[in-house]
Amino acid sequence: MRSAASRLRCSLAAFALAWAGLCSASPDIEPLPVEEIAPGVHVHVGHQATWPGAQGDERAGDIANLGFVVGERCVAVIDTGGSPQLGQRLLAAVRRVSTRPVCYVINTHVHPDHTLGNAAFAALAPAPRFVGHARLKASLAARAPFYREALARDLGLATDDADIVYPDLEVADTLTLELGGRSLHLRAWPTAHTDNDLSVLDDASATLFAGDLLFVAHLPVIDGRLLGWLEVMDALARLDAARVVPGHGAPVADWSPALEAQRRYLSGVRDGIRSAIAAGRTITEAVEALANTGVDGWLLTEDFHRRNLTAAYAELEWED
Amino acid sequence: MNTLTSLLLAGALAASLGGPAHAQRSDPENPDANATWQQLRTTMFQARTIDTAADTIISLEAPERAQDAAIVPISIRTHVEQRPERFIERVYLMIDNNPSPVGAIFHFTPASGRADIETRVRVDAYTHVRAIAEMNTGELYMTTRFVKASGGCSAPPGKDMTAAMASLGKMRFRVEGEVEPGKPALAQLMISHPNNSGLVMDQLTRMYTPAHFVRRIQVSYAGQPVLSADVDFSISENPNFRFYFVPTGEGELKAEVIDTNALRFETAVEVDAGS
Ligand SMILES: [Zn+2]
Repeated sequence: MRSAASRLRCSLAAFALAWAGLCSASPDIEPLPVEEIAPGVHVHVGHQATWPGAQGDERAGDIANLGFVVGERCVAVIDTGGSPQLGQRLLAAVRRVSTRPVCYVINTHVHPDHTLGNAAFAALAPAPRFVGHARLKASLAARAPFYREALARDLGLATDDADIVYPDLEVADTLTLELGGRSLHLRAWPTAHTDNDLSVLDDASATLFAGDLLFVAHLPVIDGRLLGWLEVMDALARLDAARVVPGHGAPVADWSPALEAQRRYLSGVRDGIRSAIAAGRTITEAVEALANTGVDGWLLTEDFHRRNLTAAYAELEWED
Repeated sequence: MNTLTSLLLAGALAASLGGPAHAQRSDPENPDANATWQQLRTTMFQARTIDTAADTIISLEAPERAQDAAIVPISIRTHVEQRPERFIERVYLMIDNNPSPVGAIFHFTPASGRADIETRVRVDAYTHVRAIAEMNTGELYMTTRFVKASGGCSAPPGKDMTAAMASLGKMRFRVEGEVEPGKPALAQLMISHPNNSGLVMDQLTRMYTPAHFVRRIQVSYAGQPVLSADVDFSISENPNFRFYFVPTGEGELKAEVIDTNALRFETAVEVDAGS
Protein backbone atom coordinates (compact mmCIF):
# COMPACT_ATOMS: atom_id res chain seq x y z
CA MET A 1 0.00 0.00 0.00
CA ARG A 2 2.61 2.45 1.05
CA SER A 3 5.12 1.43 -1.59
CA ALA A 4 2.41 1.74 -4.22
CA ALA A 5 1.73 5.23 -3.00
CA SER A 6 5.37 6.16 -3.10
CA ARG A 7 5.80 4.76 -6.59
CA LEU A 8 2.93 6.92 -7.70
CA ARG A 9 4.61 9.85 -6.02
CA CYS A 10 7.82 9.24 -7.89
CA SER A 11 6.11 9.26 -11.22
CA LEU A 12 4.33 12.47 -10.33
CA ALA A 13 7.42 14.12 -8.97
CA ALA A 14 8.61 15.15 -12.36
CA PHE A 15 5.49 17.28 -12.75
CA ALA A 16 5.13 18.69 -9.30
CA LEU A 17 7.96 20.82 -8.02
CA ALA A 18 6.62 20.53 -4.51
CA TRP A 19 7.17 16.79 -4.49
CA ALA A 20 10.65 16.88 -5.90
CA GLY A 21 13.11 14.98 -3.78
CA LEU A 22 10.67 12.40 -2.47
CA CYS A 23 12.34 9.63 -4.41
CA SER A 24 15.92 10.50 -3.56
CA ALA A 25 17.73 13.07 -1.51
CA SER A 26 17.41 16.32 -3.38
CA PRO A 27 19.69 19.30 -3.13
CA ASP A 28 16.70 21.58 -3.87
CA ILE A 29 15.10 21.11 -0.48
CA GLU A 30 16.30 23.45 2.23
CA PRO A 31 16.89 21.45 5.40
CA LEU A 32 15.02 22.72 8.46
CA PRO A 33 17.41 24.35 10.92
CA VAL A 34 18.04 22.01 13.84
CA GLU A 35 20.12 22.19 16.95
CA GLU A 36 21.87 19.29 18.68
CA ILE A 37 20.67 19.83 22.25
CA ALA A 38 22.33 16.65 23.56
CA PRO A 39 24.60 14.11 21.82
CA GLY A 40 22.54 12.63 18.98
CA VAL A 41 19.40 14.57 19.91
CA HIS A 42 18.45 17.17 17.30
CA VAL A 43 15.57 19.62 17.63
CA HIS A 44 13.93 22.06 15.29
CA VAL A 45 12.13 24.75 17.28
CA GLY A 46 8.94 25.89 15.56
CA HIS A 47 7.67 29.44 15.39
CA GLN A 48 5.21 30.80 17.94
CA ALA A 49 2.29 31.06 15.55
CA THR A 50 -0.94 29.27 14.67
CA TRP A 51 -1.39 26.46 12.17
CA PRO A 52 -1.66 26.56 9.20
CA GLY A 53 -0.75 30.23 8.87
CA ALA A 54 -0.83 32.19 5.64
CA GLN A 55 0.40 31.44 2.18
CA GLY A 56 3.80 33.02 1.53
CA ASP A 57 4.60 33.35 5.23
CA GLU A 58 7.83 31.45 5.90
CA ARG A 59 6.39 30.32 9.23
CA ALA A 60 3.40 28.62 7.58
CA GLY A 61 2.91 25.17 9.05
CA ASP A 62 6.23 25.43 10.89
CA ILE A 63 5.04 25.96 14.44
CA ALA A 64 5.69 22.75 16.38
CA ASN A 65 8.97 21.48 17.73
CA LEU A 66 10.27 18.54 15.72
CA GLY A 67 13.16 16.29 16.57
CA PHE A 68 15.20 13.23 15.75
CA VAL A 69 17.42 10.95 17.77
CA VAL A 70 20.38 9.22 16.13
CA GLY A 71 21.31 5.76 17.38
CA GLU A 72 24.14 3.45 16.24
CA ARG A 73 21.70 1.44 14.17
CA CYS A 74 19.12 3.93 13.00
CA VAL A 75 17.30 7.23 13.47
CA ALA A 76 13.93 7.94 15.12
CA VAL A 77 12.00 11.04 14.12
CA ILE A 78 9.65 12.65 16.63
CA ASP A 79 6.90 14.70 14.96
CA THR A 80 7.14 15.71 11.35
CA GLY A 81 5.76 19.24 10.82
CA GLY A 82 2.62 20.93 9.62
CA SER A 83 2.72 20.06 5.91
CA PRO A 84 4.19 17.39 3.62
CA GLN A 85 6.74 19.99 2.50
CA LEU A 86 7.95 20.57 6.06
CA GLY A 87 8.30 16.82 6.43
CA GLN A 88 10.65 16.84 3.46
CA ARG A 89 12.67 19.67 4.95
CA LEU A 90 12.93 17.70 8.19
CA LEU A 91 14.05 14.64 6.25
CA ALA A 92 16.68 16.80 4.56
CA ALA A 93 17.85 17.92 8.01
CA VAL A 94 18.11 14.26 9.10
CA ARG A 95 20.11 13.40 5.98
CA ARG A 96 22.54 16.23 6.62
CA VAL A 97 23.33 14.73 10.05
CA SER A 98 23.18 11.00 9.39
CA THR A 99 23.01 8.46 6.58
CA ARG A 100 21.57 5.76 8.88
CA PRO A 101 18.08 4.59 8.02
CA VAL A 102 15.06 6.20 9.63
CA CYS A 103 13.52 3.24 11.44
CA TYR A 104 10.76 4.99 13.41
CA VAL A 105 8.58 8.04 12.92
CA ILE A 106 6.79 8.85 16.16
CA ASN A 107 3.83 11.22 16.41
CA THR A 108 3.28 12.68 19.86
CA HIS A 109 -0.40 13.31 19.01
CA VAL A 110 -2.84 13.99 16.21
CA HIS A 111 -2.49 17.74 15.69
CA PRO A 112 -1.61 18.73 12.14
CA ASP A 113 1.53 20.67 13.02
CA HIS A 114 2.94 17.38 14.39
CA THR A 115 1.69 14.83 11.85
CA LEU A 116 1.32 16.25 8.35
CA GLY A 117 4.99 15.82 7.46
CA ASN A 118 4.70 12.02 7.83
CA ALA A 119 4.31 11.45 4.09
CA ALA A 120 7.88 12.51 3.39
CA PHE A 121 9.08 9.56 5.47
CA ALA A 122 6.52 7.09 4.13
CA ALA A 123 8.26 7.35 0.77
CA LEU A 124 11.59 6.08 2.17
CA ALA A 125 12.85 2.61 1.35
CA PRO A 126 12.90 0.71 3.58
CA ALA A 127 9.87 2.44 5.08
CA PRO A 128 10.07 3.30 8.79
CA ARG A 129 7.48 2.14 11.30
CA PHE A 130 5.00 4.88 12.17
CA VAL A 131 4.42 4.93 15.90
CA GLY A 132 1.56 6.54 17.77
CA HIS A 133 -0.86 6.30 20.67
CA ALA A 134 -3.45 3.54 20.29
CA ARG A 135 -6.13 6.21 19.76
CA LEU A 136 -4.15 8.26 17.24
CA LYS A 137 -5.42 6.44 14.16
CA ALA A 138 -9.10 7.05 14.89
CA SER A 139 -8.53 10.67 15.77
CA LEU A 140 -6.42 11.36 12.69
CA ALA A 141 -8.93 9.62 10.44
CA ALA A 142 -11.69 11.83 11.79
CA ARG A 143 -9.73 15.05 11.49
CA ALA A 144 -7.67 14.56 8.35
CA PRO A 145 -10.34 15.94 5.97
CA PHE A 146 -10.39 19.17 7.97
CA TYR A 147 -6.62 19.39 8.02
CA ARG A 148 -6.45 18.90 4.28
CA GLU A 149 -9.15 21.49 3.71
CA ALA A 150 -7.20 24.00 5.82
CA LEU A 151 -3.98 23.33 3.87
CA ALA A 152 -5.82 23.93 0.61
CA ARG A 153 -7.73 26.98 1.80
CA ASP A 154 -5.00 28.80 3.70
CA LEU A 155 -1.75 27.61 2.10
CA GLY A 156 -2.93 26.65 -1.37
CA LEU A 157 -1.50 23.15 -0.86
CA ALA A 158 -3.28 20.29 -2.57
CA THR A 159 -2.94 16.94 -0.80
CA ASP A 160 -4.27 13.47 -1.38
CA ASP A 161 -5.15 10.50 0.82
CA ALA A 162 -1.55 9.24 0.76
CA ASP A 163 -0.38 12.43 2.47
CA ILE A 164 -2.07 11.32 5.67
CA VAL A 165 0.06 8.58 7.15
CA TYR A 166 -1.37 6.55 10.01
CA PRO A 167 0.53 4.69 12.74
CA ASP A 168 1.31 1.03 12.08
CA LEU A 169 2.82 0.49 15.52
CA GLU A 170 0.41 1.48 18.28
CA VAL A 171 1.19 2.19 21.91
CA ALA A 172 -1.55 1.41 24.41
CA ASP A 173 0.60 1.76 27.51
CA THR A 174 4.40 1.78 27.11
CA LEU A 175 6.83 0.70 24.43
CA THR A 176 10.62 0.70 24.15
CA LEU A 177 12.28 1.26 20.78
CA GLU A 178 15.95 0.26 20.31
CA LEU A 179 18.01 2.54 18.10
CA GLY A 180 21.37 0.85 18.76
CA GLY A 181 23.23 2.01 21.85
CA ARG A 182 20.25 3.94 23.06
CA SER A 183 16.54 3.32 23.53
CA LEU A 184 13.44 5.43 23.49
CA HIS A 185 10.79 4.84 26.13
CA LEU A 186 7.35 5.73 24.84
CA ARG A 187 4.38 6.24 27.08
CA ALA A 188 0.73 6.61 26.08
CA TRP A 189 -1.23 8.88 28.41
CA PRO A 190 -4.89 9.08 29.42
CA THR A 191 -6.80 11.95 27.78
CA ALA A 192 -5.01 15.24 28.48
CA HIS A 193 -4.02 17.76 25.75
CA THR A 194 -5.74 15.33 23.34
CA ASP A 195 -7.02 11.77 23.71
CA ASN A 196 -3.85 10.44 22.07
CA ASP A 197 -0.82 12.02 23.78
CA LEU A 198 2.43 10.06 23.69
CA SER A 199 5.70 11.07 25.36
CA VAL A 200 9.18 9.94 24.32
CA LEU A 201 12.11 9.63 26.71
CA ASP A 202 15.61 9.06 25.29
CA ASP A 203 17.48 7.04 27.91
CA ALA A 204 20.99 7.94 26.71
CA SER A 205 20.56 11.69 27.16
CA ALA A 206 17.57 11.73 29.54
CA THR A 207 15.78 14.02 27.09
CA LEU A 208 11.99 13.98 27.29
CA PHE A 209 9.95 14.86 24.23
CA ALA A 210 6.74 15.88 25.95
CA GLY A 211 4.75 16.73 22.82
CA ASP A 212 1.96 19.15 23.63
CA LEU A 213 1.63 17.83 27.17
CA LEU A 214 3.91 20.80 27.85
CA PHE A 215 3.65 24.23 26.25
CA VAL A 216 6.31 26.86 26.83
CA ALA A 217 5.34 30.50 26.14
CA HIS A 218 2.63 29.36 23.65
CA LEU A 219 -0.68 29.31 25.56
CA PRO A 220 -1.62 25.69 26.37
CA VAL A 221 -4.49 24.46 24.20
CA ILE A 222 -7.18 22.16 25.59
CA ASP A 223 -8.34 19.66 22.99
CA GLY A 224 -8.81 16.67 25.26
CA ARG A 225 -9.74 16.87 28.92
CA LEU A 226 -8.69 19.67 31.23
CA LEU A 227 -8.96 17.66 34.45
CA GLY A 228 -7.16 14.73 32.82
CA TRP A 229 -4.34 17.00 31.71
CA LEU A 230 -3.81 18.36 35.23
CA GLU A 231 -3.53 14.77 36.49
CA VAL A 232 -1.17 13.76 33.71
CA MET A 233 1.06 16.72 34.55
CA ASP A 234 1.54 15.33 38.05
CA ALA A 235 2.75 12.05 36.60
CA LEU A 236 4.88 13.82 33.99
CA ALA A 237 6.62 15.79 36.72
CA ARG A 238 7.83 12.53 38.26
CA LEU A 239 9.67 11.43 35.11
CA ASP A 240 13.43 11.55 35.44
CA ALA A 241 14.47 13.88 32.62
CA ALA A 242 17.52 16.11 32.38
CA ARG A 243 15.86 18.30 29.75
CA VAL A 244 12.49 18.57 28.11
CA VAL A 245 11.47 19.39 24.57
CA PRO A 246 7.97 20.88 24.80
CA GLY A 247 5.58 20.71 21.86
CA HIS A 248 5.92 24.46 21.44
CA GLY A 249 8.52 26.86 22.82
CA ALA A 250 12.19 26.50 23.69
CA PRO A 251 13.56 23.25 25.10
CA VAL A 252 14.32 23.59 28.80
CA ALA A 253 16.71 21.90 31.21
CA ASP A 254 15.06 23.09 34.38
CA TRP A 255 11.52 22.31 33.44
CA SER A 256 9.60 22.55 36.70
CA PRO A 257 8.91 26.32 36.29
CA ALA A 258 7.47 25.62 32.83
CA LEU A 259 5.26 22.90 34.24
CA GLU A 260 4.26 25.19 37.07
CA ALA A 261 3.28 28.04 34.72
CA GLN A 262 1.15 25.66 32.71
CA ARG A 263 -0.45 24.28 35.85
CA ARG A 264 -1.26 27.81 37.03
CA TYR A 265 -2.96 28.65 33.74
CA LEU A 266 -4.93 25.41 33.45
CA SER A 267 -6.06 25.36 37.07
CA GLY A 268 -7.06 29.03 36.70
CA VAL A 269 -9.29 28.10 33.76
CA ARG A 270 -10.72 25.21 35.77
CA ASP A 271 -11.48 27.33 38.84
CA GLY A 272 -12.88 30.26 36.84
CA ILE A 273 -15.21 28.04 34.84
CA ARG A 274 -16.32 26.09 37.90
CA SER A 275 -17.37 29.30 39.65
CA ALA A 276 -19.11 30.61 36.53
CA ILE A 277 -21.12 27.39 36.25
CA ALA A 278 -21.95 27.51 39.96
CA ALA A 279 -23.15 31.10 39.47
CA GLY A 280 -25.51 29.95 36.71
CA ARG A 281 -23.68 31.66 33.84
CA THR A 282 -24.22 30.31 30.33
CA ILE A 283 -21.27 29.22 28.23
CA THR A 284 -21.25 32.55 26.37
CA GLU A 285 -21.45 34.59 29.57
CA ALA A 286 -18.73 32.55 31.24
CA VAL A 287 -16.34 32.96 28.30
CA GLU A 288 -16.96 36.71 28.20
CA ALA A 289 -16.46 37.09 31.94
CA LEU A 290 -13.12 35.23 31.93
CA ALA A 291 -11.80 36.40 28.55
CA ASN A 292 -9.02 38.52 30.05
CA THR A 293 -8.03 36.56 33.12
CA GLY A 294 -5.05 34.31 33.67
CA VAL A 295 -3.31 35.00 30.37
CA ASP A 296 -0.45 37.28 31.45
CA GLY A 297 2.90 36.18 30.12
CA TRP A 298 1.51 33.82 27.47
CA LEU A 299 1.63 34.16 23.69
CA LEU A 300 -1.28 33.55 21.27
CA THR A 301 -3.87 34.22 23.94
CA GLU A 302 -6.22 35.85 21.40
CA ASP A 303 -6.20 32.63 19.43
CA PHE A 304 -6.68 30.13 22.20
CA HIS A 305 -7.86 31.47 25.54
CA ARG A 306 -11.56 31.80 24.72
CA ARG A 307 -11.43 28.48 22.97
CA ASN A 308 -9.99 26.88 26.11
CA LEU A 309 -12.70 28.46 28.24
CA THR A 310 -15.36 27.12 25.89
CA ALA A 311 -13.92 23.61 25.95
CA ALA A 312 -13.48 23.71 29.73
CA TYR A 313 -17.10 24.77 30.21
CA ALA A 314 -18.39 21.92 28.04
CA GLU A 315 -16.30 19.50 30.10
CA LEU A 316 -16.95 20.85 33.58
CA GLU A 317 -20.71 21.36 33.27
CA TRP A 318 -20.94 17.57 33.53
CA GLU A 319 -19.12 17.49 36.87
CA ASP A 320 -21.16 16.27 39.82
CA MET B 1 -41.34 10.97 10.55
CA ASN B 2 -42.60 13.98 8.65
CA THR B 3 -41.26 15.46 5.46
CA LEU B 4 -39.20 18.01 7.35
CA THR B 5 -37.42 15.26 9.21
CA SER B 6 -36.54 13.47 6.04
CA LEU B 7 -35.36 16.75 4.56
CA LEU B 8 -32.79 16.97 7.33
CA LEU B 9 -31.30 13.68 6.35
CA ALA B 10 -31.58 14.24 2.61
CA GLY B 11 -29.71 17.51 2.97
CA ALA B 12 -27.02 15.81 5.01
CA LEU B 13 -26.43 13.05 2.51
CA ALA B 14 -26.53 15.27 -0.54
CA ALA B 15 -24.02 17.67 0.86
CA SER B 16 -21.72 15.07 2.36
CA LEU B 17 -20.31 13.72 -0.84
CA GLY B 18 -17.42 16.12 -0.93
CA GLY B 19 -16.67 16.10 2.80
CA PRO B 20 -15.64 19.44 4.25
CA ALA B 21 -13.62 20.25 1.17
CA HIS B 22 -16.84 20.89 -0.74
CA ALA B 23 -17.36 24.01 1.36
CA GLN B 24 -18.31 26.82 -0.89
CA ARG B 25 -17.23 30.36 -0.32
CA SER B 26 -19.82 32.56 1.31
CA ASP B 27 -19.91 36.29 0.93
CA PRO B 28 -20.42 37.70 4.44
CA GLU B 29 -22.27 40.69 2.99
CA ASN B 30 -24.60 38.70 0.80
CA PRO B 31 -26.36 35.87 2.63
CA ASP B 32 -28.84 35.35 -0.22
CA ALA B 33 -26.14 34.37 -2.70
CA ASN B 34 -25.17 31.04 -1.13
CA ALA B 35 -26.11 28.18 -3.47
CA THR B 36 -26.95 25.73 -0.68
CA TRP B 37 -29.28 28.26 0.84
CA GLN B 38 -30.97 28.95 -2.49
CA GLN B 39 -31.55 25.25 -2.96
CA LEU B 40 -32.87 24.79 0.57
CA ARG B 41 -35.08 27.81 0.24
CA THR B 42 -36.73 26.35 -2.83
CA THR B 43 -37.09 22.87 -1.36
CA MET B 44 -38.41 23.93 2.02
CA PHE B 45 -40.25 27.18 1.46
CA GLN B 46 -40.95 27.22 -2.27
CA ALA B 47 -41.99 30.69 -3.40
CA ARG B 48 -43.16 31.88 0.01
CA THR B 49 -42.03 35.32 1.13
CA ILE B 50 -39.34 35.34 3.82
CA ASP B 51 -39.22 38.63 5.67
CA THR B 52 -35.64 39.54 6.57
CA ALA B 53 -36.60 42.71 8.44
CA ALA B 54 -37.30 40.38 11.32
CA ASP B 55 -35.92 42.17 14.38
CA THR B 56 -39.29 42.42 16.06
CA ILE B 57 -39.89 38.69 15.69
CA ILE B 58 -36.59 36.83 15.98
CA SER B 59 -32.93 37.52 16.68
CA LEU B 60 -29.85 35.36 16.64
CA GLU B 61 -26.69 35.57 18.72
CA ALA B 62 -23.60 33.73 17.52
CA PRO B 63 -19.91 34.54 17.91
CA GLU B 64 -18.39 36.32 14.92
CA ARG B 65 -15.44 33.98 15.18
CA ALA B 66 -15.99 30.49 16.51
CA GLN B 67 -13.48 29.90 19.29
CA ASP B 68 -13.96 26.19 19.24
CA ALA B 69 -15.55 25.13 15.96
CA ALA B 70 -16.90 22.04 17.71
CA ILE B 71 -18.82 24.11 20.27
CA VAL B 72 -20.31 27.28 18.82
CA PRO B 73 -22.97 28.69 21.16
CA ILE B 74 -26.12 29.77 19.35
CA SER B 75 -28.85 31.75 21.02
CA ILE B 76 -32.14 32.34 19.25
CA ARG B 77 -34.43 34.88 20.91
CA THR B 78 -37.97 35.52 19.87
CA HIS B 79 -40.08 38.57 20.59
CA VAL B 80 -43.56 37.18 20.15
CA GLU B 81 -45.81 36.10 22.96
CA GLN B 82 -46.94 32.53 22.28
CA ARG B 83 -50.73 33.05 22.16
CA PRO B 84 -53.05 30.37 20.75
CA GLU B 85 -54.20 32.73 17.99
CA ARG B 86 -50.68 33.79 16.98
CA PHE B 87 -47.46 32.03 17.90
CA ILE B 88 -44.19 30.83 16.45
CA GLU B 89 -44.77 27.26 15.45
CA ARG B 90 -41.31 26.40 14.11
CA VAL B 91 -37.81 27.73 14.25
CA TYR B 92 -35.33 26.48 11.64
CA LEU B 93 -31.63 26.65 12.41
CA MET B 94 -29.49 26.48 9.29
CA ILE B 95 -25.73 26.49 8.75
CA ASP B 96 -25.17 27.00 5.03
CA ASN B 97 -21.73 25.47 4.64
CA ASN B 98 -22.05 22.51 6.98
CA PRO B 99 -22.26 19.03 5.47
CA SER B 100 -25.82 18.99 6.73
CA PRO B 101 -27.04 22.58 6.46
CA VAL B 102 -30.38 22.10 8.23
CA GLY B 103 -29.09 21.78 11.76
CA ALA B 104 -32.40 21.69 13.58
CA ILE B 105 -36.11 22.29 13.25
CA PHE B 106 -37.69 23.23 16.57
CA HIS B 107 -41.45 22.97 17.05
CA PHE B 108 -43.16 25.15 19.64
CA THR B 109 -46.67 25.51 21.03
CA PRO B 110 -48.51 28.16 23.03
CA ALA B 111 -47.48 26.11 26.10
CA SER B 112 -43.85 26.92 25.30
CA GLY B 113 -44.44 30.47 26.48
CA ARG B 114 -41.52 31.68 24.39
CA ALA B 115 -40.00 30.12 21.28
CA ASP B 116 -36.45 30.91 22.41
CA ILE B 117 -33.78 28.27 22.10
CA GLU B 118 -30.12 28.09 23.02
CA THR B 119 -27.87 25.33 21.81
CA ARG B 120 -24.34 24.66 20.53
CA VAL B 121 -23.42 23.69 17.03
CA ARG B 122 -20.46 22.53 14.99
CA VAL B 123 -19.31 24.87 12.27
CA ASP B 124 -17.14 23.37 9.54
CA ALA B 125 -16.33 26.43 7.48
CA TYR B 126 -16.90 30.16 7.24
CA THR B 127 -20.65 30.30 6.91
CA HIS B 128 -23.90 32.10 7.39
CA VAL B 129 -26.03 30.81 10.21
CA ARG B 130 -29.76 31.40 9.84
CA ALA B 131 -32.71 31.33 12.21
CA ILE B 132 -36.10 31.29 10.51
CA ALA B 133 -39.34 31.67 12.44
CA GLU B 134 -42.51 30.25 10.97
CA MET B 135 -45.74 31.56 12.48
CA ASN B 136 -48.76 29.32 12.97
CA THR B 137 -50.37 31.62 10.42
CA GLY B 138 -47.65 30.82 7.90
CA GLU B 139 -45.49 33.95 7.73
CA LEU B 140 -41.72 33.43 7.66
CA TYR B 141 -39.08 35.67 9.26
CA MET B 142 -35.36 35.19 8.92
CA THR B 143 -32.30 36.56 10.69
CA THR B 144 -28.72 35.78 9.68
CA ARG B 145 -25.24 35.91 11.20
CA PHE B 146 -21.88 35.23 9.59
CA VAL B 147 -19.61 32.94 11.63
CA LYS B 148 -15.94 32.23 11.01
CA ALA B 149 -14.77 28.84 12.19
CA SER B 150 -11.24 28.92 13.49
CA GLY B 151 -8.82 26.43 12.09
CA GLY B 152 -7.78 22.81 12.12
CA CYS B 153 -7.02 22.24 15.78
CA SER B 154 -10.71 22.82 16.47
CA ALA B 155 -11.90 20.31 13.91
CA PRO B 156 -15.40 19.16 14.73
CA PRO B 157 -14.82 15.52 15.79
CA GLY B 158 -14.95 14.88 19.50
CA LYS B 159 -12.16 15.48 21.94
CA ASP B 160 -12.34 12.09 23.60
CA MET B 161 -14.17 9.52 21.52
CA THR B 162 -13.83 6.61 23.96
CA ALA B 163 -15.19 8.62 26.87
CA ALA B 164 -18.07 9.90 24.74
CA MET B 165 -19.23 6.36 23.97
CA ALA B 166 -18.86 5.29 27.59
CA SER B 167 -21.25 7.94 28.92
CA LEU B 168 -23.75 7.78 26.06
CA GLY B 169 -27.33 8.42 27.08
CA LYS B 170 -26.62 10.07 30.41
CA MET B 171 -28.84 13.14 30.77
CA ARG B 172 -29.24 16.18 32.96
CA PHE B 173 -32.46 18.10 33.09
CA ARG B 174 -33.27 21.07 35.27
CA VAL B 175 -35.45 24.11 35.59
CA GLU B 176 -33.61 27.33 36.29
CA GLY B 177 -34.59 30.12 38.64
CA GLU B 178 -37.86 30.75 40.45
CA VAL B 179 -40.90 29.08 38.94
CA GLU B 180 -44.19 30.97 38.91
CA PRO B 181 -47.47 29.68 37.51
CA GLY B 182 -48.32 31.16 34.13
CA LYS B 183 -44.87 32.67 33.64
CA PRO B 184 -42.42 31.15 31.11
CA ALA B 185 -39.72 29.20 32.97
CA LEU B 186 -36.29 28.34 31.59
CA ALA B 187 -35.26 24.69 31.36
CA GLN B 188 -31.98 23.09 30.35
CA LEU B 189 -31.61 19.63 28.84
CA MET B 190 -28.14 18.10 28.55
CA ILE B 191 -27.64 14.81 26.70
CA SER B 192 -24.37 12.89 26.81
CA HIS B 193 -24.00 11.66 23.24
CA PRO B 194 -21.09 11.68 20.76
CA ASN B 195 -23.48 12.92 18.07
CA ASN B 196 -21.26 11.40 15.44
CA SER B 197 -21.81 12.44 11.85
CA GLY B 198 -20.14 9.35 10.43
CA LEU B 199 -19.27 11.46 7.42
CA VAL B 200 -15.69 12.29 8.15
CA MET B 201 -14.09 8.89 8.44
CA ASP B 202 -14.56 7.39 5.01
CA GLN B 203 -10.93 7.63 3.91
CA LEU B 204 -9.93 4.81 6.20
CA THR B 205 -12.72 2.40 5.53
CA ARG B 206 -11.69 -0.01 8.23
CA MET B 207 -12.01 2.85 10.71
CA TYR B 208 -15.37 4.02 9.53
CA THR B 209 -17.73 4.81 12.36
CA PRO B 210 -21.35 4.82 11.30
CA ALA B 211 -23.36 7.96 11.84
CA HIS B 212 -24.83 7.96 15.31
CA PHE B 213 -26.53 11.10 16.47
CA VAL B 214 -29.53 12.43 18.32
CA ARG B 215 -32.40 12.61 15.88
CA ARG B 216 -35.42 13.78 17.82
CA ILE B 217 -36.25 15.42 21.12
CA GLN B 218 -39.72 15.70 22.63
CA VAL B 219 -40.45 17.66 25.75
CA SER B 220 -43.81 17.79 27.47
CA TYR B 221 -45.07 19.47 30.60
CA ALA B 222 -48.04 17.95 32.42
CA GLY B 223 -48.66 15.86 29.33
CA GLN B 224 -48.74 18.84 26.96
CA PRO B 225 -46.04 19.22 24.29
CA VAL B 226 -43.85 22.29 24.85
CA LEU B 227 -40.94 21.58 22.53
CA SER B 228 -40.05 19.01 19.96
CA ALA B 229 -37.05 19.11 17.70
CA ASP B 230 -35.70 17.30 14.67
CA VAL B 231 -31.95 17.68 14.97
CA ASP B 232 -28.80 16.25 13.48
CA PHE B 233 -25.04 16.13 13.81
CA SER B 234 -24.59 19.86 13.25
CA ILE B 235 -25.54 19.97 16.92
CA SER B 236 -22.39 19.63 19.05
CA GLU B 237 -21.34 16.51 20.89
CA ASN B 238 -23.32 16.25 24.14
CA PRO B 239 -26.35 18.14 22.80
CA ASN B 240 -27.43 20.94 25.09
CA PHE B 241 -30.70 22.88 24.86
CA ARG B 242 -32.15 25.74 26.87
CA PHE B 243 -35.79 26.55 26.25
CA TYR B 244 -38.98 27.77 27.92
CA PHE B 245 -42.23 26.24 29.06
CA VAL B 246 -45.17 27.64 31.03
CA PRO B 247 -45.71 25.92 34.38
CA THR B 248 -49.27 25.95 35.63
CA GLY B 249 -48.97 24.28 38.98
CA GLU B 250 -47.61 20.84 39.76
CA GLY B 251 -46.55 18.79 36.79
CA GLU B 252 -43.86 16.70 35.32
CA LEU B 253 -41.49 18.16 32.74
CA LYS B 254 -40.49 15.17 30.67
CA ALA B 255 -37.95 14.77 27.88
CA GLU B 256 -37.63 11.91 25.42
CA VAL B 257 -34.61 11.61 23.18
CA ILE B 258 -34.28 9.28 20.21
CA ASP B 259 -31.09 8.70 18.27
CA THR B 260 -30.32 7.27 14.83
CA ASN B 261 -29.76 3.80 16.30
CA ALA B 262 -33.31 3.97 17.65
CA LEU B 263 -31.95 4.22 21.18
CA ARG B 264 -34.43 6.00 23.39
CA PHE B 265 -33.57 7.98 26.49
CA GLU B 266 -35.98 9.56 28.94
CA THR B 267 -35.67 11.94 31.81
CA ALA B 268 -38.11 13.98 33.84
CA VAL B 269 -38.16 16.63 36.51
CA GLU B 270 -41.01 17.47 38.87
CA VAL B 271 -42.05 21.09 38.66
CA ASP B 272 -44.00 22.71 41.47
CA ALA B 273 -44.99 26.20 40.48
CA GLY B 274 -47.05 26.68 43.62
CA SER B 275 -50.42 28.19 42.69
ZN1 LIG C 1 -1.28 19.85 19.92
